[in-house]
Amino acid sequence: MRELLRQVLLSRWCKAVLFAICLVPLVRLVWRGYHGNLTANPVEFVQHFTGDWTLRSLLITLSVTPLRKLLSLPDLIRFRRMLGLFAFFYVCLHFLTYLWPDQNFDLAGMWKDVAKRPFITVGFLGFCLLVPLALTSTKGWIRRLGGKRWQALHRAIYISALCGVIHYYWLVKSDHRLPLLYGAILAVLLLYRLGVALLKPRPAVAVSPTR
Amino acid sequence: MGKLGELTEADITPKAMYVNRRQVLRAMGFAGVAVAGGKLISQFAFPRDTVEAGSKLNVASRSPFSTSEPMNSFGDVTHYNNFYEFGTDKGDPAKNSLKFQTSPWTVSVEGEVKNKTKYSMDDILKLAPLEERIYRHRCVEGWSIVVPWIGYSLGTILKLAEPTEKAKFVTFESYYDPGQMPWAASSGIQLPYVEGLRLDEAMNPLTLLCVGMYGESLPNQDGAPVRLVIPWKYGFKSIKSIVKIKCVKGMPPTTWNMYASQEYGFYSNVNPNVDHPRWSQATERRLGEFLRRKTLLFNGYGDQVASLYNGMDLKKNY
Repeated sequence: MRELLRQVLLSRWCKAVLFAICLVPLVRLVWRGYHGNLTANPVEFVQHFTGDWTLRSLLITLSVTPLRKLLSLPDLIRFRRMLGLFAFFYVCLHFLTYLWPDQNFDLAGMWKDVAKRPFITVGFLGFCLLVPLALTSTKGWIRRLGGKRWQALHRAIYISALCGVIHYYWLVKSDHRLPLLYGAILAVLLLYRLGVALLKPRPAVAVSPTR
Repeated sequence: MGKLGELTEADITPKAMYVNRRQVLRAMGFAGVAVAGGKLISQFAFPRDTVEAGSKLNVASRSPFSTSEPMNSFGDVTHYNNFYEFGTDKGDPAKNSLKFQTSPWTVSVEGEVKNKTKYSMDDILKLAPLEERIYRHRCVEGWSIVVPWIGYSLGTILKLAEPTEKAKFVTFESYYDPGQMPWAASSGIQLPYVEGLRLDEAMNPLTLLCVGMYGESLPNQDGAPVRLVIPWKYGFKSIKSIVKIKCVKGMPPTTWNMYASQEYGFYSNVNPNVDHPRWSQATERRLGEFLRRKTLLFNGYGDQVASLYNGMDLKKNY
């Protein structure tokens, strides 16, 4: 049974299917747009929709490592980069809805806004942190940076996801259930990592001779 | 609510039938998988819910306060609502207020007045000739709409009540019934919703006691059966589904101010120069437009209302 599951996970079409699944939100959005179904405030709808899917894809990306260990399915690692890149894809769309209909590509106005509004600042920071991660997501960059350094860099996703949750929390007027839910899921995913790091038996540190 | 107009669809089709037409159709025997599939597709393609058609109102005149800007569609104004008693998503009130009972309805005028009165909705509809007023409506969240409201100046009903010397403010209260509004519990704000105006603001002719829009009585999600519309203030001041109007001596508590006083002031006049602590108020998105437009001081009603605030620091009294 487990062997079969591994075969499926390792097959090429499994990745293709997941790719298609990750595109479903975009297809839904286009479909709704085509049918004039983006509510009375289409810009806001697209903004919230792409923001929501950014956060969801970030949380799904962050679930890969815990799920690998908990389900003993190390092969899940194959999908992590794609999931992360989809998070980046949705955040780019999200950012574009801010830059175009909100700011009309007025970069000076945008900088002023980013500097002045904490909820924009933190959202922008979360977006910026993802840029180097997307750029260095290739095999070549892993090699160039070296595994350890690459891993350290990519821990920036923790901060980025946290920024995303805070961004959402600060946007909402009074009904904080959804941002708190995202926050709770993120907390579980990060605490899991903290737990693993703390419980990991440390290699005995050799007493370094005084220099 | 009194039917004052000529024959409408409402007179031909039994109300229960068209209000529940989806359920009726469903019950007519599209069985099995076809229903499930069709329902899924139709919800995907047409997620908008039915709006209870209102009764037609006799509008005597169009007010000179009306703007000539293009109006938003009835569909937009009935499917993009902040009415937290029925849920916090803009689409929630249209879905969740369908069964809201607005008849019988009583509005109590009380407090520091000579003539305390309880009005039925019929009384309110007959108190003065109904005017249509096309107002700009600006939400504190940064979007705006243009709506043909129907009603008359709030001052009409206040003058009849004759506020005493002590009356300096007016406080308003919305209907609240957790049974009919189970969504309210997760809204985050304290209910019943309360709002307030200074007496001179309440007496300003622009302040509308609103009973309808687009020629008809108010749909439930827009604050049926009677609400305020104060076009130079942020939308949350325009309290919905009013049951109490009370003249008082001191500045009354207001819902959003109690929730976050540093974000929502008592006055809450539309002001592009005073930002919300978390976002700019300099621009707004008119529903139906792609780019944002500049927000006007007092939402463009300065000629009528700026004098109310002479000598006041609008940054301090936000």
